[in-house]
Formats: sequence, C-alpha cells, structure tokens
Amino acid sequence: MKFDKDKDGKDCSENTKLSSQQAGAKTGHRAGQKPEWANGLRQLYDSVVEEPLPDSFKDLLAQLDDKS
Amino acid sequence: MSDSERTAAQKADFKRELTEVIPHLRAFARGLCGRPDMADDLVQEAMLKAWAAQERFEPGTSMRAWTFVILRNAYLTDMRRNRFRGEYDENVAERILTAPAGQEEPIHLSDMHRALLTLPPERREALLLVGAGGFSYDEAASICGCAVGTIKSRVGRARAALTAMMEDGTIPRRSTDDKSAHKAILQELDMVAAGNGISAKP
Repeated sequence: MKFDKDKDGKDCSENTKLSSQQAGAKTGHRAGQKPEWANGLRQLYDSVVEEPLPDSFKDLLAQLDDKS
Repeated sequence: MSDSERTAAQKADFKRELTEVIPHLRAFARGLCGRPDMADDLVQEAMLKAWAAQERFEPGTSMRAWTFVILRNAYLTDMRRNRFRGEYDENVAERILTAPAGQEEPIHLSDMHRALLTLPPERREALLLVGAGGFSYDEAASICGCAVGTIKSRVGRARAALTAMMEDGTIPRRSTDDKSAHKAILQELDMVAAGNGISAKP
C-alpha cells in the first residue's frame, strides 16, 4: 500500500525500516522476558571470545612449562 | 590438600584447560575494565597466578569459574590501586546524547559496552557473569563470594539501569575522535537539517 506510492529509490529503505520494526516487535516484548538488549550483552562477550588469541598469550603459555 | 605435587599428565591437563578458558577470561576482563590492553594484562596476570596455584584446582570442576575468581581478585586489587580509575568515567562523562524517542536503531556493541561501563563495578560484574558469561546465579555467587540473593539483586539493578539507558537513549558516546560517534553526530546533523532535530531534551 505504502509501497505503491513511491516505487522509486525510497522503496528499498522503506522495506528495511519496516522489517527492522517487525523484528523489533517480535523481540521487543518485555513482560517477564529478558530485555531487548540482553542478546547484545551476550554478543559483546562472544565477540571477544571469538577474537583470535594475541601472540602474547601463546608466548605466555609456552613459558608456563619452564616455570614449574 | 593430599597430593601436593602434580604429575606431568595433570599439569598438561591443567594447561590445556587453562588454554581453553583464555578467550572467556579475555571477554570477562574486557567487560570489567573496558580497555582491551589492560584487560589482556589482567588476564595474563591471572593466568600466571592460576598456574602457580594449580595444586588448589580440583580436576573435574569448572576451570572457567575457578580462573574467573582469580581474575576477579586481580582486578579488584588493581582497582584498589587505582589502576583503572578514571578509564571508564572519562568516556562516560564526555558526551551523553539523547536519541529521538521511538527510534528503531540497532544497538551497537560499542554502545552496549559503554553503557555497561557506566554501571557500578559490582553490578557490572554480576551482569557480566550471568547475562554474558552464562553462569547460574549460584555459580556467580560463588565466584563473587557473596549470597545468591545479592547476585540476583545486583543483576536486577544492572538490567534495570541498562534498560533505562536503552529506552531513554542515554547511552554514553565517545568523543568525536571515535569513528562511530563521529558518524552518529553526522547522522544527527543530517536529521536536524531534515527538520527532525532532537532539540527537546527532557
């Protein structure tokens, strides 16, 4: 309906906006549930977990055996 | 307490398990102290302490929980020495934007992190353990050495504070030298230019 009106370039942005709103509506109910951002917290943690290990850690691990 | 010396095999097991939890230690430390370089220093400090204390680790129990206690203690010691003071406070104080009401903006991880860093340390820690690290309230309580009820209350308050920040749009942003903040400012200016300005601050 709305899309029929402006079928030019704006179509695309309208679409993404709508779909993100729908997604928000799905996850956004907060009655007793975890808040919307809860997943972000997990992602924040996981994003660090998934980082490749810096060499300094490999060096440290290699040194541990000498320390015992 | 009984077997004071560990066999080579036990040491190898310990080292393997310690290696496996490093990414988790880094994630926890990053959440606690905010700065990646300092967080990694903290993790390395904790790893050395864990290695030195490996006789006290009971094989079969959670290496992640055990090392988190060590990491946490290292963090608290550093906090008391003022090593991390001011790091996050500065970032927080610099700039607080009010986002337009009802805006459907995705929450960026950097926003999330800065919001997290505004929380008092004990609430941040509780939320990190339960909400990010996936520990149970019981596990989190034993890591922090406090009552389960205390952890529940801290997590509850932390969640309420973050929810309020997300809903009010009062997530602190970094200074203008930060790329994402810069982009956000430009977007804001675009919006103001388009007549959708965020003039009204509550």
